[in-house]
Amino acid sequence: MSLLLVGLTLMFLANKARPALSKTGSWYFLTKSVWNPALEHFGVFGLLMGTGIIATIALSVAVPTALAMALFINEYAPRRLSRYVTTVIDLLAALPSVLFGMWGLFALQGKLVPVARWITHNLAIVPFFRIQASNTSLAQSSFIGGVVVGIMILPIITSVSRDVMSQVPREQCEGALALGGTRWGMIRSVILPFGRSGIVGAVLLGFGRALGETIAIALIIALRFKANSHWLSAGGGSIASLIATRFTEASPLELSALVAAGLALFLLTLAVNLAAQWVVKRGVAR
Amino acid sequence: MSGRDHSVVEDENTFLVKHADLFLTEDEMLDRPARRRSLNGRDLVDVSLATIAAGTTAIVLRLTLDWNGLMSTVVWWYLLFVALYFVLVRDRTSSEVAVDKAVTIVVWSLAALIAGVLGWMIVYLTAKGLKLLRPGFLTSDMRSTGPLTTGGGVKAAIIGSFEQVGMATAFVVPVAVLTAVYLNEIKGRLSPFIRFIVNALSGLPSIVAGLVIFAAWVNNGHGFSGAAGAAALAVLMLPIVTRTSEEILRTIPDSLREASLALGAPQWRVVLRVVLPTAQAGLLTGVILGIARAVGETAPVLLTALGSDATNWNPFHGPQASLPLFVWQLIREPNLRQNDRAWTGALVLVFLVIALFALARLLLARSQRKLGRSR
Repeated sequence: MSLLLVGLTLMFLANKARPALSKTGSWYFLTKSVWNPALEHFGVFGLLMGTGIIATIALSVAVPTALAMALFINEYAPRRLSRYVTTVIDLLAALPSVLFGMWGLFALQGKLVPVARWITHNLAIVPFFRIQASNTSLAQSSFIGGVVVGIMILPIITSVSRDVMSQVPREQCEGALALGGTRWGMIRSVILPFGRSGIVGAVLLGFGRALGETIAIALIIALRFKANSHWLSAGGGSIASLIATRFTEASPLELSALVAAGLALFLLTLAVNLAAQWVVKRGVAR
Repeated sequence: MSGRDHSVVEDENTFLVKHADLFLTEDEMLDRPARRRSLNGRDLVDVSLATIAAGTTAIVLRLTLDWNGLMSTVVWWYLLFVALYFVLVRDRTSSEVAVDKAVTIVVWSLAALIAGVLGWMIVYLTAKGLKLLRPGFLTSDMRSTGPLTTGGGVKAAIIGSFEQVGMATAFVVPVAVLTAVYLNEIKGRLSPFIRFIVNALSGLPSIVAGLVIFAAWVNNGHGFSGAAGAAALAVLMLPIVTRTSEEILRTIPDSLREASLALGAPQWRVVLRVVLPTAQAGLLTGVILGIARAVGETAPVLLTALGSDATNWNPFHGPQASLPLFVWQLIREPNLRQNDRAWTGALVLVFLVIALFALARLLLARSQRKLGRSR
């Protein structure tokens, strides 16, 4: 049954994507940043980059926080509190993505724009943190979208790395403590090395989620087809948000191009997820 | 002699009762390191010193640098606090202990931050959503309501959501449970292969699930419909429910299986009469969590059910609304009244999700008590 689903998925997508790909050429499609249905020119390079940018920002928010949460639940929190925190994390995973999008746009954006302004004023040495001009809008940026996606992928990274960390043999932890190590020393010398590959897998799983996130990004980020190297200023987008925002008014050929974009996204996330699962399994088996 | 013994025993008991907090319970001994750290007087001195010093520095910075927001002051206070606390503890003890304490503080505050973010989200949503929440909001649709008129509501969306998620669930539950039984009970030759595919499916971006149904069905002349939405949701639910069902089946003790096999029952009867009934509550939990996930998904139904203003009872013909679609469409309109409706719709949706979530938790707790496990 499941086999049938995956096979059908790939077959249908490839079949539907063929008209657009043969029109523009696959290489053109993957390396150019245009989206012009009237001229029948399609290229998703910019959006592939945009997807990567958003995922990078999301990971840099989510990974440290998620690891801290996993450690908090397993090592720091009193038993009862850790149960509550687990519930909070699970609930965060269950909330609909459209809520994250609207909350990000209406509530969080107002708080993040000053942060973005501070970053661009003080850390402009990093090229990505520069903005085009001092009056460029800092709203609807990849930065804000990325932070929201980071909050959305936090639960999956937390729960997977928590599972891995809880498989550390307790005697080794107690041994580290008995030798006079501090709790952080124990974490650094026992738990993190033991769980390393599992944590990498968890991060990859989160990365896969971030690549496929649609609705929150489509709500928050102003869609832009060219890659935007100014992460803090308005404009950006991902493949998934392109599909969600363009498909209603698309012509048949543009639809085919959207399906081709979806196929690219599917193959990308498939690769990331399989890598993640492989790494997690290897980590657990050891 | 016996009297004395008695009093000793009593003393021991009262001692245990009085100082119960000194002893770890069995649970705690099993999964926590024995050493406990608690704040002592010196730590309190350090914490308060660091708090005060960081606070004054942040306020002085705020005054001299002419900040106006509260956030930057709080952030600087926090950073200074951690740094100062680290230095104070290092002077008193060693740098290892200081790092440990600083990390503890950072981990605790990150946990508080996450809880705060979730709380902020819920409070913000409730404040925005309560504005239009009336009984009429649940019983009217958007057919004769526009940006300029009052009224309107989520009737069509609720009907659509229930039909789509209901159909998806009706399809997914038997398939997922059978797959889980195959993986965990029969352990057939195809198991690794099927597990691989379930894993691959679980990483499928929700928009791609929608896109597949769109390309295969909707765009092949069948048009948008609730049933297409249900199909896309089923693709998403299938791996979730399969995985949780498999986990649940794995927790069933082998002794149950062995006992019934030893009594001469064939495997299908063991599965049907022993394993599945024992796992019932757990399986139900997995299904409810899958439903909670599916009911909030926007992207797949956007490409398949499209959404509609009018109430459409027939899931097999014509575009159909759903709760997340209702929110998505109205929040994107540049109109405050429509946005307010979206917030109220989101409140209804999140209420539904949290109710399902709580139900699942309750069932899980009950089933685990039944299985005699503490956790």
